[in-house]
Amino acid sequence: MSAMAVTQMGWVYGRCTRANHKASTALNTTMPTLGTGWDEPSLYTVKAVLIMDNDGERLYAKYYDDTYPTVKEQKAFEKNIFNKTHRTDSEIALLEGLTVVYKSNIDLYFYVIGSSHENELMLMSVLNCLFDSLSQMLRKNVEKRALLENMEGLFLAVDEIVDGGVILESDPQQVVHRVALRGDDVPLTEQTVTQVLQSAKEQIKWSLLR
Amino acid sequence: MIKKFDKKDEESGSGSNPFQHLEKSAVLQEARIFNETPINPRKCLHILTKIIYLLNQGEHFGTTEATEAFFAMTRLFQSNDQTLRRMCYLTIKEMANISEDVIIVTSSLTKDMTGKEDVYRGPAIRALCRITDTTMLQAIERYMKQAIVDKVPSVSSSALVSSLHMVKMSFDVVKRWVNEAQEAASSDNIMVQYHALGLLYHLRKNDRLAVTKMLNKFTKSGLKSPFAYCMMIRIASKLLEETEGGHDSPLFDFIESCLRNKHEMVVYEAASAIVHMPKCTARELAPAVSVLQLFCSSPKAALRYAAVRTLNKVAMKHPSAVTACNLDLENLITDSNRSIATLAITTLLKTGSESSVDRLMKQISSFVSEISDEFKVVVVQAISALCQKYPRKHGVMMNFLSNMLRDDGGFEYKRAIVDCIISIIEDNLETKETGLAHLCEFIEDCEHTVLATKILHLLGKEGPRTPTPSKYIRFIFNRVVLESEAVRAAAISALAKFGAQNDDLLPSVLVLMQRCMMDSDDEVRDRATFYVNVLLQKQKALNAGYILNGLSVSVPGLERSLHQYTLEPSEKGFDMKTVPLATAPITEQKTEITPVATSKLPEKLSPSRQVIYQEQLAAIPEFQGLGPLFKSSEPVQLTEAETEYVVRCIKHTFANHMIFQFDCTNTLNDQLLQRVMVQMEPSEAYEVLHYVPAASLYYSQPGSCYCLVRLPEDDPTAVSCTFSCTMKYLVRDCDPNTGEPDDDGYDDEYVLEDLEVTVADHIQKVLKPNFGAAWEEVGDEFEKEETFALATVRTLEEAVNNIISFLGMQPCERSDKVPESKNSHVLFLAGVFRGGHDVLVRSRLALADGVTMQVTVRSSDENVVDVILASVG
Repeated sequence: MSAMAVTQMGWVYGRCTRANHKASTALNTTMPTLGTGWDEPSLYTVKAVLIMDNDGERLYAKYYDDTYPTVKEQKAFEKNIFNKTHRTDSEIALLEGLTVVYKSNIDLYFYVIGSSHENELMLMSVLNCLFDSLSQMLRKNVEKRALLENMEGLFLAVDEIVDGGVILESDPQQVVHRVALRGDDVPLTEQTVTQVLQSAKEQIKWSLLR
Repeated sequence: MIKKFDKKDEESGSGSNPFQHLEKSAVLQEARIFNETPINPRKCLHILTKIIYLLNQGEHFGTTEATEAFFAMTRLFQSNDQTLRRMCYLTIKEMANISEDVIIVTSSLTKDMTGKEDVYRGPAIRALCRITDTTMLQAIERYMKQAIVDKVPSVSSSALVSSLHMVKMSFDVVKRWVNEAQEAASSDNIMVQYHALGLLYHLRKNDRLAVTKMLNKFTKSGLKSPFAYCMMIRIASKLLEETEGGHDSPLFDFIESCLRNKHEMVVYEAASAIVHMPKCTARELAPAVSVLQLFCSSPKAALRYAAVRTLNKVAMKHPSAVTACNLDLENLITDSNRSIATLAITTLLKTGSESSVDRLMKQISSFVSEISDEFKVVVVQAISALCQKYPRKHGVMMNFLSNMLRDDGGFEYKRAIVDCIISIIEDNLETKETGLAHLCEFIEDCEHTVLATKILHLLGKEGPRTPTPSKYIRFIFNRVVLESEAVRAAAISALAKFGAQNDDLLPSVLVLMQRCMMDSDDEVRDRATFYVNVLLQKQKALNAGYILNGLSVSVPGLERSLHQYTLEPSEKGFDMKTVPLATAPITEQKTEITPVATSKLPEKLSPSRQVIYQEQLAAIPEFQGLGPLFKSSEPVQLTEAETEYVVRCIKHTFANHMIFQFDCTNTLNDQLLQRVMVQMEPSEAYEVLHYVPAASLYYSQPGSCYCLVRLPEDDPTAVSCTFSCTMKYLVRDCDPNTGEPDDDGYDDEYVLEDLEVTVADHIQKVLKPNFGAAWEEVGDEFEKEETFALATVRTLEEAVNNIISFLGMQPCERSDKVPESKNSHVLFLAGVFRGGHDVLVRSRLALADGVTMQVTVRSSDENVVDVILASVG
């Protein structure tokens, strides 16, 4: 009888202390970040760059470290981000312990993700550079259709902006210059339309002068 | 490419995706076109784009198919189409880990990286370094060095960043490029400068002197790049932290000067660095806080967010420093970015006055459903802190918390709320009933087993002592009917506690419990059977020992002892008294935490320090046969902080012996100490049995020596004793640089401060969750009572603290908290005396001129009662 009592009570006791213990270790694991403030100074700033459409579907995703090692975890994270951000246009949020800066345009959502200790303005400069570069490359026509027709331009641009988590370039002019898509390789309807208009104008002008 | 969009696609929606229904196999089939001559750049480009798109979507490529596609792709290097070549680089990088034999493109890439086309060179370097290993790196070392100092910024940056990536893999090779990196650091291009600085730091970070030199150089010459400034600020603040240098150091001046930089990014980085410095005074914070205040009214959301988040951190430690920003923060509480609004409100809650609480809470509850869990946790923590600050506001808070508890949310969030409610209940007796009611409602629909069991445990502890315990029974029994095994078992335990304490409820509890004796889970069944049988005995002592107050041994200790017992079977039964006692959990764990809830790290169960000590002591042959370690004290300093030798003592108590462990540190770098021991002269009848010296003490490496003492057996009441201690050792002078000691030395000694052994060293703290039951269980066989007058003590609180620290016992029923403006108080203390005798103390205190104290002691052993009373008097 008493031997049984021992095991019984041990179990009861174990349960409630374990709950307490968990709480305290969870505190401990987060504590060091408070005390020391910074991680090792490093150039590794960006954890991920994401672009989604207005259904939250991934159009582009590049993860630079193994915060989310599997595709499944990545998709879950993306879903969470999208749900928390797509209704509000507020530029910055803290999600799953990570700082997320974002921007939306028509039917596209751009995200840059970094550690919560990271300088938010640095992440912002990456986001702005990405957006402005694409905006130039797509002739201000930053929407899903145009982006999908220029996927290679997007791939090359992101590759010039961030390399393995390090900010490689923050000046959109430079990025556009380096991506160096040839003019005729930007098959935008707008461009052809303006060209047509231009030639039409010329013709009208000449006909009027005549 | 536009032609590929036919009418059908266009009609299916404006956002139609040409990549939507890509089949991996079809794309790989298409990739055969790479082998055609002449190469059609446009088609090939489109197929490469598709491949990268698929990889990007997380599509899995098998090694064979990836290798096949990769090899086909290598043919495309024959084309001179720029975009196509660049896409080849990307494909190489993407496939570096999936395909085999990627190194075959090495020569093509090397050619591109040294070629004339600047557009190719940077990306080629990055692709090449992605596929290179240490041995091959040496082959391209020459080109890398040239590339680092190349005048084209994109080439130089690419080389520097790639080098940084390779530091992890081939540190020794990359280290040889320091001079090139140094040269690049003075580049005019802002990114090159930033990358060079980052690489230099990574190569030198273990050499503090080199880092300091580097910092000095760049702080003098100034930098162009704001990114580089941020990096420098981080390095400087890390260096400051490591050296624990005063804030008058040039490093601090540098960081402060960055507050006046023209780039917001740098200014913010500097402000944030200052805020995060440990031991920062209010005066040093002031300039940082004022720039953050300016940022609060910035049109950029990111900047406002950054500022208010940092101010929130300041408010945790220096609320007064932030009060100046209150007006700016007030403007932010209606910010359209909810994160900013939440941070502003929680900051204001920390700095504001009691009168503003209601208004702020109202504001925050209007949008609490819109913010992310992380911030909800921040809000709960702020509330928790607030409840401690303004206990009278608990009504508002409790309402708010219960509403939050009803909303959706993750585990971390719910746990924060439950913890907060529990702490409010414990601090304020009046809130107990409402708090318990909210929690009951919560467990009705709670998916988190951990929280449900925790709440059930609390209900079992607190419920029976409320005016109407019967109303909780329904909630608890519902759990038995509806929940998983773990929750059912916890519910049974809680029920049993009601039965044990409320006689009128006992029959109904028994009926309910008997139903559970047929449960499908054996743990639940066993518990029910066990409790029913205990309850049927109707003995107070049994109830107290087996239901209300659990075992007070440490569970890992019990496991260890039982394992030991099964290894060495003996005739004797297992003795519970040999199991080390659980040290009372530290209840004050209310620390502020950052809103970061990344508890992804595996939680390790570290062995308690007592277990560590026990193993250390058991390894010393002289200390065999002393029995289990009963208690280890906190370290006592026996020297001043800044002396030649630093000695601290830990007192280990056994059943009839004590071991003094002296942790000595030699702070003189020109001395080696050998045969170090601490000689002890007891003032009482304590007998020094044995010394274990430390063989040698090198500079700044701590070592331990021990002293074994027998406690006086004939006089069990002699619990306190003073030892005069002298450290004796052999000194050998040595060379401070090499540490090489002289051949001969001389004996020397060093007088330490006296060491006191008090009654607290003989008592282990034990928490009795139900003191009343424990009091009855021990019984009044050896009860003694005496009254003392404490003339020197002015307040009840002071008296309570004095008694607790003097006796070293665990306060129970939260009786260590003295309610405000009361003239009398009852303190309950519990502990176990050396040898395993329970001892309980009830101390009634009354405040008149001084404090009058009536002490009642109960124990299972008469001597112990005498010891306690004698030592108090």
